[in-house]
Amino acid sequence: MTATDSYVTPDGRTIGGVMMEMKNITLRFGGVVAIKDISFDIREGEIRAIIGPNGAGKSSMLNVINGFYHPQEGEVWFRGEKRPSMKPYQIAAQGIARTFQNIALFHGMTTVENVMTGRQLMMKKNFLWQMLRVGPAMAEEVVHRRRCEEIIDFLEIQHIRKEPVGNLPYGLQKRVELARALAMEPKLLLLDEPMAGMNVEEKEDMSRFILDVNDQYGTTIALIEHDMSVVMDLADRVVVLDYGKMLADGTPDEVQKNQAVIDAYLGVEH
Amino acid sequence: MLDFLYSIFVGPFVDMWSLPDFLIQVLWEGFVSGVLYALIALGFVLIFKASGVFNFAQGIMVVFSALTLVGLTELGVPAFLALIITLGVMYMLAFSVERFVLRKLVNQPDIILFMATIGLTNILIGLGQWIFGGETKTMITEQLWLPTGSSVWEPGGGLVIFQHIDIAATVIAVLMIVGLGFFFSYTKVGRALRAVADDHQASLSVGISLNQIWVIVWFAAGIVALVTGIMWGARSDVSFSLQIIALKALPVLVLGGFTSIPGAIVGGLIIGIGEKIFEIYWGPLFGSGVEGWFAYVIALIFLLFRPQGLFGDKIIERV
Ligand SMILES: Nc1ncnc2c1ncn2[C@@H]1O[C@H](COP(=O)(O)OP(=O)(O)O)[C@@H](O)[C@H]1O
Ligand SMILES: [Mg+2]
Repeated sequence: MTATDSYVTPDGRTIGGVMMEMKNITLRFGGVVAIKDISFDIREGEIRAIIGPNGAGKSSMLNVINGFYHPQEGEVWFRGEKRPSMKPYQIAAQGIARTFQNIALFHGMTTVENVMTGRQLMMKKNFLWQMLRVGPAMAEEVVHRRRCEEIIDFLEIQHIRKEPVGNLPYGLQKRVELARALAMEPKLLLLDEPMAGMNVEEKEDMSRFILDVNDQYGTTIALIEHDMSVVMDLADRVVVLDYGKMLADGTPDEVQKNQAVIDAYLGVEH
Repeated sequence: MLDFLYSIFVGPFVDMWSLPDFLIQVLWEGFVSGVLYALIALGFVLIFKASGVFNFAQGIMVVFSALTLVGLTELGVPAFLALIITLGVMYMLAFSVERFVLRKLVNQPDIILFMATIGLTNILIGLGQWIFGGETKTMITEQLWLPTGSSVWEPGGGLVIFQHIDIAATVIAVLMIVGLGFFFSYTKVGRALRAVADDHQASLSVGISLNQIWVIVWFAAGIVALVTGIMWGARSDVSFSLQIIALKALPVLVLGGFTSIPGAIVGGLIIGIGEKIFEIYWGPLFGSGVEGWFAYVIALIFLLFRPQGLFGDKIIERV
């Protein structure tokens, strides 16, 4: 299969050509090599999982993709073009949104306000009009707010719309964070352990939301997850990292059968 | 001994009671000082919230902006134009601070950034003296259409004088604070400012440029400084000694909390009014110079009981 081919998955979704390609990425922190010469791609419309034990370099990889970290070696290609070194906010403007392993919400704000920050880049009206809440600025605010309310409904968090997020239980905070990322209407959504610390029921809900986001909005998703069964259910393809090195890359079935993966990851308890 | 206790616990209150008009006068003067303290503290809070920098230079920014404004008019620039240019200068200052200080020192320990603002203070003092000279100047109150007269109020045969400039200062301060409130609540940039104050990484991830936000808060603090400078300059004069009023901002911040705008306002008023009352009614007991230390004593006492300030974020001990 070439970079531009598309194919249809067993469950009937169409996966497009390559959206993002990581080429020979190496990332070092002083003497620590967090990522060592890793290459993989993410295709349009797919759910791509990155798995591996703690410290494998998974979060670092997401941080490279969204511009928090700049690799010492290697290239990042996005939609057929080599990406120059960019600031995270510029990468956000390219349509890449993310959530964090350790939830990063705006604690001084309510759920709705947090989600509204996702529309930051789309609000264009003059601040004076916004301050006065009149005319085109008000119309713009209403449009964006409506969109945020839709996302809030979609993720079933209407009941906490006006709650300050600091008081919410962990599982709901994760959902608000997802809502904020979705409000950006991203082309590529990066999720760093979206189900960490959740109970079974919450995990099922979150899995369903991730599938629905991919299905209904056509959003490409790269996610990091520890729970193997979750990964097998969600992902179209899986990258396995271990100590910054690539162990395997393939469909969940292929990866599960890979001996190196079984030895390094599946064999040991996490 | 009895005399002494009397003069502390009874005498002042008898004085207040017997001359209520004078008490009102004292309260009013304290209130106006408090408003100006609050404005200076507000400048600190804006910068501290958004960039975590304790800006030692806020006081000198007040002097520098006022000096620029008056200096320009002395050179023959019309007042209105001078005001615009001064705003431009404050923008350039904000831009330079971001470009040459914050951007270089980001992720450095807070103390480094604090030292950098001390450096900035000295640069602004040097620059101000070099360009506009060190001598005391008079604020261009009338050219800026600010009132200069006074009104007399005679409650029950008493006499209270209200300087119009004091009334104007209060009104303008209130307008500015309300304006800032709207700005923070309803604008995209205001929302971004609050976001940055909460979480840098999350802000970046939704497309907010920290650098841009830092320029905006420093500019906002510069505008607040200019307004403070105009008002204070109109009440006294414009000189470098003005920067000592910035020292009053520290106790105000201790009282109000370093991250709270309402705290800055309430803290400013408490210090302003408290200081004036204490100076007038208890001052003679302690000799002169009470205003110099009263605010700090209040702040110290306060620190012992509520170190996070009236409205400040709770301090959670990590163990
Ligand atoms: N900002 C950083 N500074 C120094 N070392 C880091 C930093 N981020 C990650 N690392 C190191 O890189 C390695 C990979 O970490 P990480 O990407 O967080 O792993 P994972 O998400 O797979 O658990 C670890 O050894 C970690 O200590
Ligand atoms: Mg991680």
